[in-house]
Amino acid sequence: MVDVTPADAVPPAEVGEVELYHPHSWWTKYVFSQDAKVIAVQYSATATAIGLVALVLSWLMRLQLGFPGTFDFITPEAYYQFITMHGMIMVIYLLTALFLGGFGNYLIPLMVGARDMVFPYVNMLSYWIYLLAVLVLVSSFFAPGGPTGAGWTLYPPQAIMTGTPGGQDWGIILMLSSLILFIIGFTMGGLNYVVTVLQGRTRGMTLMRLPLTVWGIFTATVMALLAFPALFVACVMMLLDRALGTSFFMPAIVEMGQQLQHNGGSPILFQHLFWFFGHPEVYIVALPAFGIVSDLISTHARKNIFGYRMMVWAIIAIGALSFVVWAHHMYVSGMNPYFGFFFATTTLIIAVPTAIKVYNWVLTLWRGDIHLTTPMLFALAFIVTFVNGGLTGLFLGNVVVDVPLSDTMFVVAHFHMVMGVAPILVIFGAIYHWYPKVTGRMLDETLGKFHFWVTFLGAYLIFFPMHYLGLMGVPRRYAELTDMTIMTESAHHLNSFISIMAFIVGFAQMVFLFNLIWSIRHGREAGGNPWRATTLEWQTPQTPPAHGNFGKELPIVYRWAYDYSVPGAKEDFIPQNVPGDFAPSRESA
Amino acid sequence: MAVVLVLVLIVVGSVLFHLLSPWWWTPIASNWDYIDNTIIISFWITGIVFAAVVLFMAYCVFRFRHREGNRAAYEPENRRLESWLMIVTAVGVTALLVPGLFVWSRFVTVPGDATEIEVVAQQWQWSFRLPGKDGKLGTSDTRDVTADNPLGVAPKDPNGQDDVLVQAADLHLPVGKPVKVLLRSIDVLHDFYIPEFRAKMDMIPGSVTYFWFTPTRTGTFQVLCAELCGQGHPLMHGVVVVDTEQDYLAWLGQQQTFAQLSAPQQSGSVNQPPGKIMASNLGVAAISRLSRSAQ
Repeated sequence: MVDVTPADAVPPAEVGEVELYHPHSWWTKYVFSQDAKVIAVQYSATATAIGLVALVLSWLMRLQLGFPGTFDFITPEAYYQFITMHGMIMVIYLLTALFLGGFGNYLIPLMVGARDMVFPYVNMLSYWIYLLAVLVLVSSFFAPGGPTGAGWTLYPPQAIMTGTPGGQDWGIILMLSSLILFIIGFTMGGLNYVVTVLQGRTRGMTLMRLPLTVWGIFTATVMALLAFPALFVACVMMLLDRALGTSFFMPAIVEMGQQLQHNGGSPILFQHLFWFFGHPEVYIVALPAFGIVSDLISTHARKNIFGYRMMVWAIIAIGALSFVVWAHHMYVSGMNPYFGFFFATTTLIIAVPTAIKVYNWVLTLWRGDIHLTTPMLFALAFIVTFVNGGLTGLFLGNVVVDVPLSDTMFVVAHFHMVMGVAPILVIFGAIYHWYPKVTGRMLDETLGKFHFWVTFLGAYLIFFPMHYLGLMGVPRRYAELTDMTIMTESAHHLNSFISIMAFIVGFAQMVFLFNLIWSIRHGREAGGNPWRATTLEWQTPQTPPAHGNFGKELPIVYRWAYDYSVPGAKEDFIPQNVPGDFAPSRESA
Repeated sequence: MAVVLVLVLIVVGSVLFHLLSPWWWTPIASNWDYIDNTIIISFWITGIVFAAVVLFMAYCVFRFRHREGNRAAYEPENRRLESWLMIVTAVGVTALLVPGLFVWSRFVTVPGDATEIEVVAQQWQWSFRLPGKDGKLGTSDTRDVTADNPLGVAPKDPNGQDDVLVQAADLHLPVGKPVKVLLRSIDVLHDFYIPEFRAKMDMIPGSVTYFWFTPTRTGTFQVLCAELCGQGHPLMHGVVVVDTEQDYLAWLGQQQTFAQLSAPQQSGSVNQPPGKIMASNLGVAAISRLSRSAQ
């Protein structure tokens, strides 16, 4: 485990270095750039911009739910368009793009000791196609009939029928086209991330010395490359159903008294395809978060991550298992009920490697030297929200418990806590952690703490009580919570409270954005390694790292990424590229 | 220190909220108290784990927060501890899963004496069909849906003639008798959901899905649609009334059968849905647009 290899034991490079593409103009340096770091910033900025749209949409939804009947412009059509676009933007265009396109691009080459991604030109194309996908998505706001209101799951037949906003207008067509573009763009980037991790590592960087951030992003990317094709075919088939009148997902249907010309298709086939993508997607978002938060905790607790090998295998096990649990989203879909036995079992098995990760995070804190920096605060908040959301997953995954809770606010609360709040808290922590490397300056600490407390406590107060509305039986995706006998007066008050908290949390994000922009010029100078971290991105000769990352010589790696507080060493951290044996005896390993 | 305090407060606050808040499930009205029990088991196990993890974290932050001169311990792995944690977790997960699967097997095993009834959904209303004196529901097909036969009951099936149709009105059920609910939709996905019965299931056009339950107390219960079905989704309410045997029979006596309802209108183009006529004259791509704009 603590294998510190003497310098002469690091194998020589097998192939010489390939000359990088050198930009000649401002355009090729900052716009059509092939530098993974610039592409990362482009991905992150675009994802943040579209994420703000989704944030505003969530306010509009909460206005309607918290204060029904007060805002006339939020018609049921508009409400369904808001929830659909909010969900799709958050899951695909924000979280997936930011974790893989943003953090993946920035961190993979730096952390594995590479000068850039292995296919820089394809990497650049990946971003521009992503941008095109975002623009197509945004254009649906301005198309006749507006964006689709089919719900982010886009279930046919309603997704392409008149009763759903955008179903027979442009909305659904633009949504499906945008997803197809996104998948094409992602595949270009994804192949890059995988090949770079496998082939681009510097000398001495064995797989079992990779920081967990890289393991998380790498595994998530492999999963995405396997899962997105299922969504791709589902989108193409639905597009054909909608545009050419085929019947992949459309059975015989009578719509408003009229027999439609479809026949023989299977709506539930779409659900299987969608969730074959959709469940791995949850972990495509979660695994990078797992990886990043492991590194944040280790660095800021000045202690090695506890049980590194177990952490790696848990990531791989979760990735593999997540491909055989998809139908737990479909317990009440009308599929053969005997599937429930299988999928409940696989789903609950996945809780074991996930729990191991949680134990190892908190055991890393045990006997650490915990610095309560802003990134550390976000990491702690991640554990709280992730444990909370993960445990309610045990309710929904346990097939019979899902029956009353499915399609209620319990589900909304659960997935927001576990794949909304938790990963986004990691994103915030990661931004506070790596911003100094990207810009050379620290983010403001006071604003950061304010942002943290409001976001964490506010989000918890939004989603924790929401579970109980679901337990009461309040369904999700209701534009109007009126005339329902199960809803007490106090439940309506709770809804108003949740809405007010949502506005406050949203406001705190404006403070964060201000901090991001203000600190570029006015933040405290960071230096090359402000957190005294061990991984390679902090050992670059320049900060921000120049094109090619590491100057003349690539670093050579002598140790794992977690040599913090090694007994006998002078400093409480030893960077990966420092040779020499400071390690204690192997018995602790 | 604020962090430690907040972490503890989160645990205490969450537990108190769970115990004291007025938001809880609606009183049950079916045999599925097994499901409620499984939820209670889940709350106990997960609640303990949540409290344990967060309180442990709070303790770590309190005890091992940075102070001048502190240095972290160096302990990469601890095989024994990791194995133990894995075993304990596996036991906990099993304790959740086993009762869950046991109850699920009840849920999917319909008792032999259950009466079959049918719920038919369309945008955005509920209709119901009960077997007549022969105790059998006639077959049905979306292609048989016409203005005079809105549920698409097969016109030639003798079993369907005495079926009792309840169109866009309240359904009544006798208390204490197991019911197998057959679920059908003629347009998009819907989901037949009554919170007090705890059970729900999607309805899929082109398929018949089902679940079963036994109503355990009389009363009036609201039906909600639990699967997004277009812009009328939140208003797609219905009513199920659970009656005593006597009241139920009285209600049943007032309902009309399929044969009664379709008798006066047997002439005309009943068997030829309008869409089909147009389809034979026009191209396929054009027709789907036309039939929609025709409304």
